[in-house]
Parts: sequence; structure tokens; C-alpha cells
Amino acid sequence: MNNKITGKAFVLGNNIDTDQIIPAEHLVYSMTDSEESKLYGKYALSSVPIQESGLPGGGIKFVDVGKHLSEYSIIIGGANFGCGSSREHAPFAMQVAGVKAIVAESYARIFYRNSVDGGFVIPLDSTMKINDKIKTGDEIEIDLDQNKITNLTTGTSYQLNPIGDVLPIIEAGGLFEYARKTNMISQ
Amino acid sequence: MGMTITEKILAKSAGKNIVKPGESIWLNVDTLMTHDVCGPPTIGIWKREFGEKAKIWDKDRVVIFPDHYIFTANKHANRNVEILREFAKEQSLDNYYDVGTDRYKGVCHIALAEEGYNLPGTVLFGTDSHTCTSGAFGMFSTGVGNTDAAFILGTGKIWEKVPESMKFTFNGAMPEYLTAKDLILQILGDITTDGATYRAMEFDGEAVFSLGMNERMTLTNMAIEAGGMSGIIQADEVTEAYVKERTDKSYEIFKSDADAVYQSKYEYDVSKLEPLVAKPHSPDNRGTVRSVEGTKLTKCYIGSCTGGKITDFMFAAKLLFGQETKVPTFIVPASTEVAAQFEVETFNGVTLKEIFTNAGCEIAQSSCAACLGGPDDTFGRSVDHDIVISTTNRNFPGRMGSKKSEVYLASPLTVAASALTGVITDPRDYL
Ligand code: SF4
Repeated sequence: MNNKITGKAFVLGNNIDTDQIIPAEHLVYSMTDSEESKLYGKYALSSVPIQESGLPGGGIKFVDVGKHLSEYSIIIGGANFGCGSSREHAPFAMQVAGVKAIVAESYARIFYRNSVDGGFVIPLDSTMKINDKIKTGDEIEIDLDQNKITNLTTGTSYQLNPIGDVLPIIEAGGLFEYARKTNMISQ
Repeated sequence: MGMTITEKILAKSAGKNIVKPGESIWLNVDTLMTHDVCGPPTIGIWKREFGEKAKIWDKDRVVIFPDHYIFTANKHANRNVEILREFAKEQSLDNYYDVGTDRYKGVCHIALAEEGYNLPGTVLFGTDSHTCTSGAFGMFSTGVGNTDAAFILGTGKIWEKVPESMKFTFNGAMPEYLTAKDLILQILGDITTDGATYRAMEFDGEAVFSLGMNERMTLTNMAIEAGGMSGIIQADEVTEAYVKERTDKSYEIFKSDADAVYQSKYEYDVSKLEPLVAKPHSPDNRGTVRSVEGTKLTKCYIGSCTGGKITDFMFAAKLLFGQETKVPTFIVPASTEVAAQFEVETFNGVTLKEIFTNAGCEIAQSSCAACLGGPDDTFGRSVDHDIVISTTNRNFPGRMGSKKSEVYLASPLTVAASALTGVITDPRDYL
């Protein structure tokens, strides 16, 4: 696992549900066809109310019109990130849009599991509220060895909670990779 | 130290005597359920990992219900059903309930109950967050994503963190103006949408055990709206009677020990509770119906796994009998069994079908319909600045279609009372 992640922050509020991350009408596209699945990136975070999209000011589109890749690769969220439906399309859409990690105060269980077990994005939790301290567009560095997130734009660092039980799955790159490594399922 | 019902069921599934909250364990899954939205990607992942020619772990334990995007011209949606059909054929899957055949059922969580898959003491995983509904049968049930489901499809196993339990006790006798929907909206307002994250919500008390299985399922169904991993109600003679009518499969009844440890306990006296709504745009945005009375509506919606069961329609029929609705009112029976009961069940000697038709309601075929928006041609979908009152479970922005619409969640009694006036109305005024 690459133990340092860098990128630009995209800041969101509390209770970002899976309908906001990828609206239900888009769940019909293939997730295996590499061209068609780009549509998931195109519509990632498209249902976040515009005034809350890219805090503090809002009004920022996560993915530019006509693109499927976002210029922001680190999501900074509040509490209860990913609540709502079980759709794995949600962390998948984030990955397709180029997101590498999410740092939020807390997660809904299914979204957290999906992110980890599918190996889509790394969900990290901050020990305090930070979505009011980081601005959309700030340059961010996450150090996974030291459980630390640094806002390179302001030079401030914040502590993250250790990943815990699921670390081996994240390190392996997903549930299947983990199961193969530990000989739970055959190579 | 004692164990909760959830801990006992998980221990059995993991082959252990004792499990403790916070512990990660590997479970042996009894049943895996999927549907048309998450089934195809699950199958895709399973094939990628186990090979095109692989056989699933146990074809008798996998159940598939197409239910979400069924009656639409959307070609992607129809392709998804086609993928399920092919998979069922290739794996000789008996438990597939295809659209366009007389096996078609409708909404998966209600279909699981009706078809006898909900068995006390068992462990059910499903690729749908409302899989927690089945907990009404004294079993552990929870939602997972496609990767987890694909893993189960190949191995029959999955890891889970043993949840802490929360206990919600409802004392007293249910007043006629209150339904299970009001009880769960009460809890959601109290603990909010992440109040039960990673926890099991256990429902208890004489008011809960006075309810039939349909109403019990309304309680467990919305555990996920509080972030709950699962909702659970101990099985009793009501549960056993329902199960025995539908299957001869064996089951085991577990009960929480008197000294079991709970993360928290809540107690309510149902005679003191009022009809409630969840205001836009969150299921925990609770208010009494009285506090929003008179809010002008453009649509009423009665349907979904939460509010589209036969009991929900019986509640609605009580108010709609002999009356006419003032706003477009959409009726979606959750399952084909519920739809068939419309022609059999009566109120004052008139069938539900006649009552709804005479009241000017539109009745759709069974499916998830507008509960989750769906393709543009979905029945009852919210458009533009619609203001909707609905018996469904979520009112996040855009959930029922239009991002500009506003959705109030309420009981079938409150929705029916509001349909009669065109504004949000307290059912007590009409009972
Ligand atoms: S009825 Fe609604 S909540 Fe229930 S399974 Fe269908 S979409 Fe989900």
C-alpha cells in the first residue's frame, strides 16, 4: 500500500447519502464495461445540493461538465458519510471520478464496508471535525503510517483514527485479494 | 454475563459459544438475497473472481427478486433483468422470481417474508440496505454491497463486526390513530440518522408484540434510517404462525437474556405518542402531523417495503372508504400477493380495489416504483417542485425523482387523511 496520498480537497457537509453520491436513476449502467462505467464518474456527487457542493462557499461542481474525472482526489466529509442505500455504485463512482481517500468524522456501515471490501477508496476517520478547517481546493497530504492528514496549503495537521481491524483488507486491496492472500479462497 | 438475541444468532452462525460486541467474526450465511439493481454487478464480480464456469456456493440459499426498475422502457434497466434471467438459468436457480411470469413477486423484502425465506434464528444477507426488514422474524439480517455479496455467492461466508445492541421498548396498547410507522419515526427523531450506526436495534414491549408481522416489518425496515446494522424482534407465536403457513423449513427461536448488555435503552408509552411525519429532507426531521397541518400537497403515495403491505392499505381504506381524493394519489402494492388481496380484503363489505378506484386513486403493478425515483417513466415519480406525502422510508433530496421536490414521510393513515383534503392532515380528524 502506498502510505502517502496527496491531492486536492473537496469538502462536503454531514449526512452525505448515497443518493447524493450517485442518484438512483444512474444505477443502471454497467460497472464492468470500461467505457460505459465512466458514466459513474460523470455523475458522482451530482445530487449534492449545489449550495453544499464544495464547502465552505458551495457552488463548486465536483466533476466538470463532459468529464468523468474530477480534479479533486481527496474528499473531506462530516458525520455519517455514505448513509442510505447499499449501492456499491457509490464508492465505485468516487473511484471512477479519481477519488483516492475520504476523510470524514464517521461513516454509515454499508458504505464503509463497500469502500474497503471493494478496494475502491480508503475511508479514514478524523479524530475531530475538520470539514470546517479545510477548504475545497486546498492541497492535502495523508500519511497512513502516522495516521495524519496535513493541509499543505495552510501547513496544519490533524490526527486520524487508526484504521483498525480492516487494515489487512485495505492493504491487500480488497476482500478478494485479502482472502487469496490468506488462502481462504484459492489463487 | 448474558447475551442479546443478536449476539446469540451471530455466535451460532460463527460456530462459537460466545461473541462480544466489536469482535470481527466470519459468519456462515443461511440466505443471500439480491435484486435487479445490485444483482448484475454482484454476478459480474463473482464471475471475475471465480471464473465464467464457476458454480455458486449453494443454489438453494440464493434468492433473486427483480423488483426495482421493472415496468420501464429504459434499456439499461431491462438489460439488468436479462442478466438475472441468464444467471438463474445457467445456475439452475429455483429461487428466481421472473418478471412477466406468474412467479413474479415485487418488492424483495416483502417477498422474502411471503415466500417463507424469513426463518427465526437464521442469518440473511441482501444487497439492499432494507434487508434489515427480515429482522422482524427474530433473525439477523442486514444489507451489504456487491463485493460482499459476490464473496458470499462464492463461499457462503462473510465477515461482520458484532454490533452493540440498543433496546426500544413500547409499552401500552396501540391507539387506533397510530401505526408502526409513527413508532419508528418517533425513534428516528430521537436518535437521528446515525444514532444506531453499526448497532442492532431490538424492539420490545407489549405494543410491539400486539402487532402483526406486517407492522413489525415496518419497524425493522427503517432501522437502517438510523444507520442500524439490523433491527430485530424476538419471534413469538404470531411469528411462528406466519412462518408455518408459508414453509416447512426448520428454524430456531432465540431470546435475549435478562442480563444481556445494551448500549442504550429507550422506553415509550404508545398512548402518549402522536401521528408523526419526517419533514424534507431527512427521515429524522421529525414533526407532529399537527405541526405541519395544512401544508399544500401535489401528490400522495402509498407503497414500498415500508408502507405497501396489506395492513398499510387496510389503514388507508378505512379513511378512503366512500370518499374522493383531492390530489393525485398513487397506490403501489409491494407484492403481487398484496395486489391479489386488494380483490379479496374488504372494508364495510367493499373490496380495497373498489375503495381505491372509487376514491380516484391510481393503482400500479407491484414493484419499488417511485420509492427510489428511477427512470423518467416510473409510476408516481416526483417531478419538478412536487410536494409529496408518502408511506416510504427515505426523503433525501431527489430520492423520489425530482431534486426540487419535497417529500414528507408518514403513516398510511396520515397519507390517506391528507389525500382526502389535499393538505397534510391529522388522521384523528377522520377516524
Ligand atoms: S420499496 Fe423502496 S426501500 Fe424498499 S426495496 Fe424498493 S426501493 Fe428499496
